[in-house]
Amino acid sequence: MPTSRLAFVPFVSFVTFVSLVSMAQVRRAPSTMPRTADGHPDFTGTYDAGTLTPVERAPGTPAIIPADEVKKLEKQAAARMTTGDAPIKGDRTAPPVGGDGSVGPAGNVGGYNTFWLDPGSHYTVINGQARASIVVDPPDGRVPAITPEARQRIAARTRTAAATSDTISRENDPGYEGGGAYDDPERRPLGERCLLGFGSTSGPPILPTYFYNNLHQIVQTKDSVMILTEMVHDARIVRMGGQHLPKTIRKWMGDSIGRWEGDTLVVDTTNFTDKTRFRGSTPDLHVVERFSRLDARTLLYRFTIEDPATWPRPWTGEYAWPATSDLIYEYACHEGNYALGNILRGARLKEAEDAAKKKP
Amino acid sequence: MPTLLRTLVTAAAGAVAASVFWIAAAPTATQTAAYRAPRGADGHADLSGIWQALNEANYDIEPHVARPAMAVRPGPYGPVPAPPVLQLGAVGSVPPGMGVVEGGEIPYTPDALKKRNENRENWLTSDPEIKCYLPGVPRATYMPYPLQIFQSQKALFIAYEYAGAVRNIYMKDPGPPPVDAWMGQSVGRWEGDSLVVDVKGFTDQSWFDRSGNFHSDQLHVVERYTRVGRDVIDYEATIEDPKVFTRPWQMRMPLYRRVEPNAQLMDFKCVEFVEELMYGQWRKKPLDTKDTKGAKDTKD
Repeated sequence: MPTSRLAFVPFVSFVTFVSLVSMAQVRRAPSTMPRTADGHPDFTGTYDAGTLTPVERAPGTPAIIPADEVKKLEKQAAARMTTGDAPIKGDRTAPPVGGDGSVGPAGNVGGYNTFWLDPGSHYTVINGQARASIVVDPPDGRVPAITPEARQRIAARTRTAAATSDTISRENDPGYEGGGAYDDPERRPLGERCLLGFGSTSGPPILPTYFYNNLHQIVQTKDSVMILTEMVHDARIVRMGGQHLPKTIRKWMGDSIGRWEGDTLVVDTTNFTDKTRFRGSTPDLHVVERFSRLDARTLLYRFTIEDPATWPRPWTGEYAWPATSDLIYEYACHEGNYALGNILRGARLKEAEDAAKKKP
Repeated sequence: MPTLLRTLVTAAAGAVAASVFWIAAAPTATQTAAYRAPRGADGHADLSGIWQALNEANYDIEPHVARPAMAVRPGPYGPVPAPPVLQLGAVGSVPPGMGVVEGGEIPYTPDALKKRNENRENWLTSDPEIKCYLPGVPRATYMPYPLQIFQSQKALFIAYEYAGAVRNIYMKDPGPPPVDAWMGQSVGRWEGDSLVVDVKGFTDQSWFDRSGNFHSDQLHVVERYTRVGRDVIDYEATIEDPKVFTRPWQMRMPLYRRVEPNAQLMDFKCVEFVEELMYGQWRKKPLDTKDTKGAKDTKD
C-alpha cells in the first residue's frame, strides 16, 4: 500500500540544480550524473511519480504557477489530507445516499479515508517552474479534442465492450455506470479486474495515479530496460534496438523498443491491444517516451502521443520523477480481489430484489 | 604389452576427457572452477538474460511416473481422469519426471504429509496456479514459462512471464519484511560467482507444484544461482519450514538460456483467463456450463 506517503522527496529544493531547457529533444546530462559502464546515463532506481500537477489545466490558464500560489495550493492539499485522515466517529450515522460530497470515507459509499491515499503533495517543477499541467503541447495544456470519428467509435464501443482503466475516458463515458456496466467481469475497468493499474499508471504513457502507489522502478542493462509500475506489479521490458514485433503480436503495454539519443533514452511503443485504449485510442496508438536527467536525483519523463484515428494532431506531456528511497512492496491485486466478484454479485442481488418488488 | 598399455592409457585419457566433459556439462555448483562466467555490469558473474527450466517439476517436484490427469477419480480398474478435466484427454495427463528434490522425497512431518495428500486430492479447487495466483518462490523458477534476470550496476531484478510476477532482489538488506508477500522478500549477496538469495516473508498461500506440495508462512528459501556455462545456470534452493518439514531440504535443477534470437518475455496475464472460472457464475447471463462446444467428437 502507500509506502511512500511518509517519505516524500522534497523535490522543490532541486529546482536550483535545474539548468536545462526542457523542450530540448537531445539532453546532455550534467557531469555528476550516474552513468553505466557503456557511458549512458544510469536511470536505475526507484522514482515517485506522484504529483499535484494535473494532466490538463483549465482552459485559458497559464502554464506556470507562481511560487507563492504553489505554496498556498500545496498547503491546501496537505490540509485536505489531514482532514480526510481524521478518525471516524464510531457512533456516526450512515452517510447520505451517494455520499455527502466530502473528502474521505463519507464522501461516497466505500470511499477511502485519506490515510490510504497518496495522491501526490507537490506540483511538478521543471526548470525551476511549477507546472500547471503535464500537457505541454498543445501549448494551452489541453489534450486535443478527439476527432468526430473517434467520438462515434468510443460511444459505440462503450455500449458493448469492456471499460478501460483510464479515468478520463471513464468520466467521458456516460454509460460507465449504466448500460450493462455490471453485467460481466469484462465490462469492469481494467484496474478493478487487476489487469493493469488504475488510470494509465503502467502506460505508456505513464501517468500519475492521483490516488496511491505512485512508485516506478527502473533497472537498466545494456540490452534491456525494465520499468516496473508499483500498481498491479506491471513490468514493461524495453528491448534496446531491433524491430517491433509483427502486428499480430499485441501487448497490454505495447511493444517497446529503446534507443539512445545523446543522454536521452527514447522508447518507441506500438502494437497495443484493443483492450488498453489509452483515452479511447485505437490499437494503432504510437507512444514515444523520453527519459532524461533533470539532476542527479530527478528524471524528466516526457511523452508524445500519436493516433490519427483519435486525435487530429500528436500531443506531448512531461513531468518530473524524483528518486525515492522508499521500497516497493508486493501489489498482489488479483490474489485479494474480493471486490470484482462481489460487485457482480451485488448487481445480481439488486436485480433480484428489484424483480421481487415488481411482483404484486 | 606396450600396445595394451598404450590402449589402456588412451582409454583412461578418453575416460578423463569424457568425465571432464561431463563435469562441464553437468550443472553442479561445485564445478564452477571449470567455467568462468563473463562479468556483468556489477563486476560479478553475469546472470542477465532469459532463462527457463526444462523439467516436469511444476507437475510434481518429487520423482513420479506419468498419471492420467491432475484430477482423477477411481475407475473400475484404477484411477481415470475426473469429469472436469476428462475432455482434455492426453493433453491433461501428467508427464513423468525424475523430480528435482535432492534425495527424492520431501521430509514432511506426518501431519503435513496428510495435508499434502489432501491438497493433491483437491488439486482442482486448491492449486493457486488454477486461479492464476502469484507462484511464490521457488515455484516461479520452474513454471513452464521463461524468466528474465536484469543485472545492472546497482540492482538485480527478476521478471517472470507467468502472471507477470516480479522480484526485486535487494542487494542491501532492508531489514525484516514488514508484511508477508506471495513472492516473499528477497535479499541477495554474492558468494564467489554464485548469487545467493535469501527469501522470507512469505504468505502460506503458494504451493511448490501441481501435486499439493506446500509450505507455511514460516517458509525460508535460500537460492543459489551459479552460471556453469554460456547457456546454463545451476539453480539450487534450500527449503526450510519447521511447521511443515522435519529438516531443511534442497532442490536443484539447471536453468537453460532461451537462445532463440527473438526470445523475450511475452504477456501471460492469466488473470483475464480465469475470470470465467472465478466470476462466470455472477454474469447477468451465466454461460451454459453444459455446452461442450469445442470438445465434441468430430465423428458426431
